[in-house]
Amino acid sequence: MITVENLTKRYAGHTAVNDLSFQVEKGEIVGFLGPNGAGKSTTMRILSSFMPATSGRAAIAGFDVFTQSIEARRHLGYMPENVPLYTDMRVSEYLAYRGALKGVHGGRLKERIGDVLELCSLDDVQRKPISALSKGYRQRVGLADALIHEPDLLILDEPTIGLDPNQIRQVRDLIRNLGKRHTILLSTHILPEVEMTCSRVIIIGKGRILASDTPQNLRGAIRSAGGVRFEVRAGTDSAEAEIRKVPGVREVTVEPDGEWSLCQLRTEAGADVREELFRLAADRRWSVRELTRRNVTLEDVFVEITQSEA
Amino acid sequence: MRRFLTLLGREVKSYFYSPIAYVVLFFFLLLTGFNFYASVSLLNRGPTEVTVIEAFFNTVLFWFGFVLVFPLITMRTFADEFRMGTIEALMTAPVRDLEVVLAKYLGALFFYIVLWLPSLLYFVVFHAVSQGSAANAAGAYWGTYLLLLLMGAFYVAVGCLASSLTRNQIIAAVISFCAITLLFFSGLLGFIEANMSPALRDVVGHFSAIEHMGEFSKGIIDSRALVWYGTMTFLVLALTFQVFQYRKWRA
Repeated sequence: MITVENLTKRYAGHTAVNDLSFQVEKGEIVGFLGPNGAGKSTTMRILSSFMPATSGRAAIAGFDVFTQSIEARRHLGYMPENVPLYTDMRVSEYLAYRGALKGVHGGRLKERIGDVLELCSLDDVQRKPISALSKGYRQRVGLADALIHEPDLLILDEPTIGLDPNQIRQVRDLIRNLGKRHTILLSTHILPEVEMTCSRVIIIGKGRILASDTPQNLRGAIRSAGGVRFEVRAGTDSAEAEIRKVPGVREVTVEPDGEWSLCQLRTEAGADVREELFRLAADRRWSVRELTRRNVTLEDVFVEITQSEA
Repeated sequence: MRRFLTLLGREVKSYFYSPIAYVVLFFFLLLTGFNFYASVSLLNRGPTEVTVIEAFFNTVLFWFGFVLVFPLITMRTFADEFRMGTIEALMTAPVRDLEVVLAKYLGALFFYIVLWLPSLLYFVVFHAVSQGSAANAAGAYWGTYLLLLLMGAFYVAVGCLASSLTRNQIIAAVISFCAITLLFFSGLLGFIEANMSPALRDVVGHFSAIEHMGEFSKGIIDSRALVWYGTMTFLVLALTFQVFQYRKWRA
């Protein structure tokens, strides 16, 4: 559904997207993950024909986004970041306008407006001007707009940004349902969101692909490379020195807390050092207050992936 | 074509969604109404050679309102799309750049035409009241309103160009106001510069909106003015199209 080959976008002085290549097959829900400025939005804007690439090629449903841009856009429902809408129009009016613009007319248009209003739970605000809507509603109007012409592919740029937790859950459920009929590429920088909705994750940083896998595999790979929290009654210097000797430990930071040492460990990929740490404490007769594996955060993913890159 | 009409419909309607349209219409009517009153009192002062339409369209008041109205009509056309970011939603729908530019231009031109429609009523009322005692010629009306359309087509294009240059409506309004005023006063150079050679004065006269109006409101349709406004409109629109594409790709 999406083919990206050696895509590069350079602005004066910096490279936003650097030789990016990936594919999205029909029926996939792909999460585009990366920190701010990683090149997510730029890639999506190139895919939606909003801006041209400096070099490389991208195609949607077999149509080149630059040379066959109108055809490519017909197959695409795109929701830009921050969801720009004509705030002077009413919801149903706006959807009618957008539908007509995308080639849906007459009875079919009426039907589609009814469908997307229901799908996005907008029935009760359809007569309201968009300027009077809250952020959550506007987000859903943007989604309804992306869906109005029943596109094969949805590209959603940060669909849950700025929403409260309830709204995030609603939008997430909606996206998961849409995934049954549409191919979806969505961007976010929230890891749990991707885990819950996506069948595949592409992680990018500084315009390059750092990883591309299912959330399960990615999480597995990273969990073993995560961190460990270890609190023992021992001098900070000796604790740090001894822990460093444990095979599989990459980094240790120790903070004193009275007689206790609070140790934060970072470990090598695939290494579980908790048993070794327990033996160490037993040998040295240190009391142990806590020995836990930290939950993986997006930061760990990045630290892990960028470090293994280097 | 259907897609173009959808775009055009949105542009025309967008004027009436916001209060700007009604405010501009109200004050423009106030201004032209007062101008009409002034030109009728001029005719009442005694025997004169001018018709009511010549009196109406050759006053300072008319030109003042005329120059002022274009920035107001055109300032939001492109600037607002860029400022609100709606340009991204618009241009990722299957529409061509040229369609968008033309729809915005024609939408603004349409509003300009709507602005002038009520003024026709003045002359209907005038001739009903004066019961044919005043001089009257159909050609003067055709000529005047044709020139209004020609000048409008050109100045609306200038306004659209200004709006495509910036994301700030106020800046767009200032640019188009200055550009249109300069264009307008370049036609007055012949009056201002006393020791200008007659040949140059003649050339400058051909650009002068005031001289055009002087002739057209007598019913003399000068083909040189047609060509001048036609080519300038085309040129400025082509430039707007280029600027729009350039800005869209840098946005």
